[in-house]
Amino acid sequence: METMKVQDVTPNDLPWKIIYDAHRCTLCGSCVSACSFRAIEAKVERRRLIFSESELPEPQSRFSAVPVIRQVKSIKNYCRGCGICEKICPNDAIRPERNPDSRHPIITRCLGGDSIKRGGRKNLESTVRTLDKIRVGRISQMTDPSLDAQRHTFDMLAPFGRILPPEKLPLGVGPDGLLQTSGTTPPVNWIYPVIIGDMSIGALSWRMWEAVAMAVAYLNEECGLPVRMCSGEGGVPVRLLKSKYLKYMILQIASGHFGWNRIAKAMPHMVEDPAGILIKIGQGAKPGDGGLLMAQKVAEHIQAIRGVPKTDLLSPPNHQGLYSIEESVQKMFLSFNAAFKFRVPVAIKVAASATSVSVFNNLVRDPYNIVGGFFLDGIDGGTGAAHEVSLDHTGHPIVSKLRDCYLAATAQGRQGQIPLWAAGGLGKTGDLAADAFKMICLGANGVFSGKLILQMAGCVGNDQGRCNACNTGLCPVGITTQEPPLVRRLDPEKVAQNIVNYFLAMDTEFKKLMAPIGNSSLPVGRADALVATDQAVADKLQVQYVC
Amino acid sequence: MCRIGAIKSLNYLHPSQALQLMQSQQKGHDNSGFAMIMHDLGGIFENYKHLPTLSMAATDEGVRLAEDILHQAGFQRVMQWVPETDNRPGLDINAMPNYVFETFDYPRFYRNAEQKEKEDLLLDIRLQLRAALEPNEEGFVYSFWPDVVTLKEIGDPRDIGTYFRLWEPDNKFTAKVITAQCRQNTNYDIVRYAAHPFHLQGYTALANGENTFYLKNVEFQRKLHRGYIGFESDSQCFLYTLHYVHRELDWPLRYFKHVVTPLPFTDIEKREDAQQLKAIRQSLGHLEINGPNTIIGVLPDNTLFTCCDAKKLRPIVIGRTEDTVVFSSEVCGINEILPDRDWETDIYPHEREIVTIDSKLEVQRWKQ
Repeated sequence: METMKVQDVTPNDLPWKIIYDAHRCTLCGSCVSACSFRAIEAKVERRRLIFSESELPEPQSRFSAVPVIRQVKSIKNYCRGCGICEKICPNDAIRPERNPDSRHPIITRCLGGDSIKRGGRKNLESTVRTLDKIRVGRISQMTDPSLDAQRHTFDMLAPFGRILPPEKLPLGVGPDGLLQTSGTTPPVNWIYPVIIGDMSIGALSWRMWEAVAMAVAYLNEECGLPVRMCSGEGGVPVRLLKSKYLKYMILQIASGHFGWNRIAKAMPHMVEDPAGILIKIGQGAKPGDGGLLMAQKVAEHIQAIRGVPKTDLLSPPNHQGLYSIEESVQKMFLSFNAAFKFRVPVAIKVAASATSVSVFNNLVRDPYNIVGGFFLDGIDGGTGAAHEVSLDHTGHPIVSKLRDCYLAATAQGRQGQIPLWAAGGLGKTGDLAADAFKMICLGANGVFSGKLILQMAGCVGNDQGRCNACNTGLCPVGITTQEPPLVRRLDPEKVAQNIVNYFLAMDTEFKKLMAPIGNSSLPVGRADALVATDQAVADKLQVQYVC
Repeated sequence: MCRIGAIKSLNYLHPSQALQLMQSQQKGHDNSGFAMIMHDLGGIFENYKHLPTLSMAATDEGVRLAEDILHQAGFQRVMQWVPETDNRPGLDINAMPNYVFETFDYPRFYRNAEQKEKEDLLLDIRLQLRAALEPNEEGFVYSFWPDVVTLKEIGDPRDIGTYFRLWEPDNKFTAKVITAQCRQNTNYDIVRYAAHPFHLQGYTALANGENTFYLKNVEFQRKLHRGYIGFESDSQCFLYTLHYVHRELDWPLRYFKHVVTPLPFTDIEKREDAQQLKAIRQSLGHLEINGPNTIIGVLPDNTLFTCCDAKKLRPIVIGRTEDTVVFSSEVCGINEILPDRDWETDIYPHEREIVTIDSKLEVQRWKQ
């Protein structure tokens, strides 16, 4: 018997085991060539065969070398459970199976001496989601008839930009008895209440990013849905910066300032203003952590757009030179409002935190009226790469925090002045319309979503630890990789079509939710339309408890 | 379901007209109460138009508390009218011991004050009275304003009319504008304050339907003005929005319509005043209503108007003769008091207009 050390890595130490049926396998090799993680390989097994060649049974045995597919026993090339092998196998001969006895969290740390990194989302699911304990329970009937989702028109737009309190509007009555404007107001864009969240052109493959941009353009130009997409930190292709489609983009700046050199240089050539600027302070999935683009994903075009060499690209956890909220306001004021001559709203994105309300209060009281949106990102959000400990153990749920911020604004009579946009696990179950609608009733003006967009594109990852390899640059479906063979797996037109179709379906579903509560414009803050089946949730969110 | 009505005339009218207007629509409401507000007073109040009249229902203790407060503030009573009540047994009325209609002269040091100062004083005093009388339900202070009288009571409107002898026309208790409604807010608790019309600083509003943006309205209005209190009925929100837009922001009435039922964004974009309408929609989004409602309002200059929500429309009809205009939820109400009018000139307002009746009874239909 071969000598074996108990410390050797074996498949039952790994999170997924490959189940392989040699009898069905034709050795076509598709699975091995398709596995982007090189977690399976062709090997030769020594097999004993019993046979009989005479008329009567006279069993004989023979040893032969048989080619088979085997799982790689390595913490580097381990199976992520993406299931591409199963997808591609013509004979159903191979598939990954979750290993409940995995020792992966321990052996990876022991052997690597480094923290575990991955992409994806929080993987510690234990209870029913808060949003699933809430229902739209105030049904219009009798004295207040419901609307007809098919027949009525609905005005489903959300503000992006700073909104002045009514008494500060520069309006006066003119000689003709009509109101006239006698000053300027901060820019506000009214957009679809679902923004495609900030995923950078480095985190996503060029095909994926292009597909999202295509979908956004189609939704605007052909479907009449003013959906906006946030660039993420990492710049925008110059061709897009100079095109008319820039008006559908929200440009993001984060602590690394990646891509802004190009954006600044393109400004004189812009034919349209961008839809907005989003300053990213924090991210819900890995609060307190900066952006991280592993060197293996820094392809040539990324190097060109960002002006960097092929190396790990880290955005610092903090904006350099940003030490206080007041300063962040100044920073926005000076650099971005001025850069676009006060025509483009500037908003801020922070990770939900126990301190979010204080931050929000500071911004909402800002005397310059320049903070054009408070984007609050909760723990359930996704990310391209982060330390697993951050993903699993840091962060703050979004639902109650969003509500807290809205109620804080309400207590000061300032609701709506800084639009609230929420994210973090919304649409996790596939029903973004329902999640978004509930968040809007709780006080959000709109929501933003990133990882759901990836799932529309064909991302096979999930919250149970499947795949979650966005950080490796080896995305098996070509979404979060820059490897040309992998990227080519993704059909950008098909992705754009999926996104467009999802938004059209979601739009219908929004109406199906607005009709029964009898509203034709978004019910921002209408918590009376909601009921909760959980007393604690009801108490915390100040909605009616039902059972 | 509410039925609401209003009469505006060149001549002084007795409230019996309002009772008749509403009585014919009694199948449409639940007869749980009667409330009316009279503007532009005649009869015994005619000579006191410039002085505030207190309308209050209270216990003896309540009257004493209120008079003490007014006395302390320096108000001097110049006139008092106590309605002669009919206490016959069997009437369906939940009557308070005293109904107080008293006209006061301003405190000496306010006599030469600016109009606005006086108006703020009247509001503050009413709020003070209300707060003082509220704890033990010692009384209900409905209005304290020049040339305005309010009467509200719980019970059958016919019996309330009988109790106050409102069925018997006279020329002592009259007004040129009367708004009325025959229902308590039975969706929630029966509270006298919950019955519309409501009054605030010369503005009166009443409405039917259900305000589905009630919570949004309330949460916003609570912080807008000290006078925006109570919220016993979701219809109070309409009064407060009217007051805020027309008085506090000092915008023409048409912008009330733009605030409560803003045009869709696609329509706003096509207009010359897109910039203003968008600013209004942005900053006053929490005062939007989403129906179904019809609102009747009276402005401080006694202009009477009506408008509806933009989607679900509660009915309202306007009938008129040379000297009288009547607003009514149902046309049968108008038939009752203006039987000889030319019904072909009746107006059925649509969802995008405000219809106003000015002091000369000229009708203006302003389209949003």
